[in-house]
Amino acid sequence: MSARRLIALGALAGAAALLFAPDLAAAAGDAVGHGAPAPQPTAADYPRIGSLSGRTVVWVFAQMHLFLAAFVLAVPIFVICIELAGVLTRDPRYDQMAHEFMKISMAAYSFTALSGGGLMLGLILFYPMVMGYMTRVFQGQTMIYALLFLMESALLYIYYYSWNALRYGNRKWYHMSIGLILNTVGLTLMFIANAWATFMMSPAGVDPAGALTGSVWAATRNPLWNPLNLHRFLANIAYGGAIVGAYAAYRFLSATTAEERAHYDWMGYTSNIIAVAGFLPLPFAGYWLMAEIYAYSQQMGITAMGGVLAWLFIIQAVLIGTILLAANYYLWCGLGRTDEGMRFGRWVKYIAVVILGGFLVWVTPHSLILTPAEVQQLGGTHHKILGPLGIMPAKNIAVNLMLVFTFLSFQLFYRSSRTPSVSWAPIGNAVIVALYGVGCLNIVGAGIYGYVTPTVYKVGASVPQVATTLSIIVFSAIIDGFMLRGAKTSKVHWGRMGQRSQYALFVLPVAFTWLMALMGYIRSSLRTHWHIYTIMKDASPESFIPTIGEAGNIITMITLLFMALIVFIFWLSRLGSTSQPAPAATRSVEAEA
Amino acid sequence: MTFLKVMTFSLAVLFTYTLFANVLPQVQSNPPAEEEPLAAGDLDMDGLIAWGERIFRGKGTCTLCHNNLGRAPDLLAVNLAKEFSERMADPRYQGAAKGATGAKAVEAYIRESMFEPSAYVVAGFGKKGSNDTVSPMPAVDKPPISLSEAQAHALIAFLEDRAGLDVTVPLPTGEAVADNAGTADSGGDEEEDGPATTAKAAIEKFTCNACHDLFGSEAGAGPKLAGVGARLGRDGIAKAILQPNAEIAKGFEADIMPKDFADQMRIREFDLIVDYLMTLKAG
Repeated sequence: MSARRLIALGALAGAAALLFAPDLAAAAGDAVGHGAPAPQPTAADYPRIGSLSGRTVVWVFAQMHLFLAAFVLAVPIFVICIELAGVLTRDPRYDQMAHEFMKISMAAYSFTALSGGGLMLGLILFYPMVMGYMTRVFQGQTMIYALLFLMESALLYIYYYSWNALRYGNRKWYHMSIGLILNTVGLTLMFIANAWATFMMSPAGVDPAGALTGSVWAATRNPLWNPLNLHRFLANIAYGGAIVGAYAAYRFLSATTAEERAHYDWMGYTSNIIAVAGFLPLPFAGYWLMAEIYAYSQQMGITAMGGVLAWLFIIQAVLIGTILLAANYYLWCGLGRTDEGMRFGRWVKYIAVVILGGFLVWVTPHSLILTPAEVQQLGGTHHKILGPLGIMPAKNIAVNLMLVFTFLSFQLFYRSSRTPSVSWAPIGNAVIVALYGVGCLNIVGAGIYGYVTPTVYKVGASVPQVATTLSIIVFSAIIDGFMLRGAKTSKVHWGRMGQRSQYALFVLPVAFTWLMALMGYIRSSLRTHWHIYTIMKDASPESFIPTIGEAGNIITMITLLFMALIVFIFWLSRLGSTSQPAPAATRSVEAEA
Repeated sequence: MTFLKVMTFSLAVLFTYTLFANVLPQVQSNPPAEEEPLAAGDLDMDGLIAWGERIFRGKGTCTLCHNNLGRAPDLLAVNLAKEFSERMADPRYQGAAKGATGAKAVEAYIRESMFEPSAYVVAGFGKKGSNDTVSPMPAVDKPPISLSEAQAHALIAFLEDRAGLDVTVPLPTGEAVADNAGTADSGGDEEEDGPATTAKAAIEKFTCNACHDLFGSEAGAGPKLAGVGARLGRDGIAKAILQPNAEIAKGFEADIMPKDFADQMRIREFDLIVDYLMTLKAG
């Protein structure tokens, strides 16, 4: 067996061992903690430090840690994919870009650790009883988490610094094996942290009083763990892509040579594709998470979708709408990179109408908070035409069509530099058009069915819509893949992009960052006045759910902090590749020598 | 310069989101209020029923699912007396009230439904995949609802009253019961001020004056009601409230007036409104 295979097998074995790490933790957890119920704190049990808001401090640190961790965990995932693409295509540009992506994330790593430390300190300072209980439930696992964190650090540095030493031939496979282990450790870290967060929402492995009845593994594998794992995995990829896209856009705008512009245009394009690829399946992961929330506690689900938090989903729609509009706008501008691209330009206005129309439907609220005068003016409590657009069937139609047409934008750009040469191309094209046509009709039809069926079946009606959207994307991509084999390609003029297009790449990270913080606020608020839902009440003076405005202001403050940090990280990354020219005197001495 | 332009643009996007969050309706959700002791004798039977209704719409969070959206039987819309007897006679029902009849049997059935929701699940309302053997409803005495015995009694009294049955649960007795007769809210998004006691309060509560010219509102979205007492009579007014689409006044459209006042109003409130409208004789 070759050394390469041995290393690959070793990497896989290591990956498997780490994935089962929670089971190892179970052994430690089983030994202690049984029998004692969860403590029930009173207002006096929450330490106060002056007029400092303990909740806000923890909120800021937790969110900053999540932003940074999402970024540093996501980058190695798509970097290893790009690295593999470089090996398969033998195009050195992929390797160079993958290396540059890693360089950006390296500077963020130490800040991730710092914010994590700050979060832990905040929790111990302001919520000692909660931390005490959580540590009691997960104790063995916390040690494993710390160990994995050390491994992650070591592997990240080895992966980055060995890039040039293990660049070609068999050595490249060694390097990618290190990357594989790095990603496995990183994902395991995220899964463990997710177990803690979801245990607080849907506790398992404990009795109604909070005493451990099962193993640590039972507490880990609580009802919401896997849906959150998938949701965060996809969201992290989309988020990481959006951030490196902003880096590429900034470098594009400040480039001084055509070569530099071409490189950063290509990097921006790839980043946008990564962000969109991570983003397209995200709503479906969100459906699953919400369906599991409803299955765990119908009350919790209704609190999210029909209660005090319902308005937040209108903000979510605005954020996702701007993300999709920005990503599409960037793709449409990209049609100008090829000489053939403009022949697809005439379709852009129709795609824009669908995306914009979908966006407007999505942001239409259903239940309005009205004064009697407004009720009188409106002629009822709901607007006659807009009211029906506020309910889920209309929104499901809107979001699915937006996703389908976003994929169409990408497909048009991909086609703009390729002309199929296979004999069955007209049939292939007709099948793809039929796929889109029938698919869209099915999405609209299933949505209309949602109007005439009871609420419980409305959710069910969204399943065929999701399946249709995914089918359109997957099958048209497969047909394209076969049809464009050996296609006649035309030159893509990388760098031939207007400055305005790059600003779309700045909208993505800003909107993603705000969106992630908003969804974090919603997820935490679902526990209402409980630290651990139904087990341990939050008796602190800050146990209320803040208003949307108050939450929005804090979210903006955190986003600003993160943006400042990212600017610093980008600056550091550029600084690292900047060399001071040798002084003239030194040069002359060197020349004489 | 590029840096400044990029930052200005990004901050503009960021502050647009912030502005949007601040212009939406602002609601702070507070945890349930601290419970205050309720002295025995504070409540008569009407008070107990009214308290039960507040719990139904507030702390009990019953209306989150028991509404017209189909997640659970709409207890404010169905004929409860008929439903209770049919369910107790269902061959699938094997609970505490099996084979029994009368008001006490209904009380036992309601109590069992609240404390052991999975003892009997109405067909079509079970958890997905459970074949109607597991209810999605939480037991009302367990977190997160955690009703006390007295609160559960009040809720039973309210449901018995809705069903037109005699209330069989006792009034709170003893030195004091640590229950809250106030409007504690545990996450429900509705606020209930209790039943209206005057015609004006009832009309304002159901915002009739937002569309009809009542109490000087000069509203014109609905028909003028001056002279309605002479024009429609008691039965006609009652029908117009409960079935607003049955007859549409000339010049007005159907589906404007809510069709669920039968669910929303207490009988007392309904009577107050009808009595008041009957006084409007002059056209």
